[in-house]
Amino acid sequence: MAIKGEVVIDKERCKGCGVCVVACPNKVLALAKNVNGKGYNYSEAIIDNCIGCASCAMVCPDGVITVYKVKL
Amino acid sequence: MFNPDIIKPENLVYKRTDVLTQAVMHYCPGCGHGTTHRIIAEVIEEMGIQDKAICVAPVGCSVLAYNYFNVDSLGAAHGRAPAIATAIQRLYPDRYTFTYQGDGDLAAIGTAETIHACNRGENIVIVFINNGIYGMTGGQMAPTTLIGMKTATSPYGRTVELNGYPLQITELLAELPGTYYVTRQSVQTAAAVRKTKKAIRQAFENQKNKKGTSFVEVVSNCNSGWKMTPVQANKWMEENMFVKYPIGDIKVDGQKVK
Repeated sequence: MAIKGEVVIDKERCKGCGVCVVACPNKVLALAKNVNGKGYNYSEAIIDNCIGCASCAMVCPDGVITVYKVKL
Repeated sequence: MFNPDIIKPENLVYKRTDVLTQAVMHYCPGCGHGTTHRIIAEVIEEMGIQDKAICVAPVGCSVLAYNYFNVDSLGAAHGRAPAIATAIQRLYPDRYTFTYQGDGDLAAIGTAETIHACNRGENIVIVFINNGIYGMTGGQMAPTTLIGMKTATSPYGRTVELNGYPLQITELLAELPGTYYVTRQSVQTAAAVRKTKKAIRQAFENQKNKKGTSFVEVVSNCNSGWKMTPVQANKWMEENMFVKYPIGDIKVDGQKVK
């Protein structure tokens, strides 16, 4: 049974602290090269390896991450 | 986005709770205040007490907490949040009054109010954020600042000769007979956040059962005050703060944990 996850990041609210990047066990997240409206390098998913564990969402101080998971 | 087809309400694992307002928090990037706000709001949502919870906001970084919690709130004078919470809880015994205070507020200016509210065993929840510094005013030394730690008012590091010892107020409060539940947690990793959430849930459950004062200390970072990146600050906190402020329960069910 495979598990597929997906994170949706509200990039305009993200402050680019990078706490989610180190919290992710599968190294899915990274800070973007682009900046959002406030000038922060927002967090984004760079590889399709998410398992929907919500560790990133748990540590996000601004609650910008929404997590979805499906068992295939 | 790699799998847009799984973004459906039935696959939702985690979303920001509605007990937090949509206001963007003014905290610095990576600050533990935001995480702690979020988990308090999640506990309030899980217990279904949004219309009965009352937040008492302190003075300090979290002075604007009432803008973020979608519950009834009150702003207290500096350090006086436990006194205000005492009054609210005595007038409305069926409500869930909690104070949210930093270390400058609770352990310096409000020491008297904190100690006496805990000693009376008021049926309130106190959430105490300990980051070892006065964050809002520009990183001055607080009672909880570690020995050797550089701040704006101790530029060569805190020394015992000049500034005395860091105050472990949580251990101090655990000695008082009025406190029912005293614990120290942190919010730097997902596992730590889950534990802290459990502790805050326990505190509100104690309040529901009218057990006495519940005190939850959250050891947090202050990356701006410590002059570090958020990730570095979390690592520094684990290496230095946890030595002086060890994580774990100190008093459970009115009995000190040995």
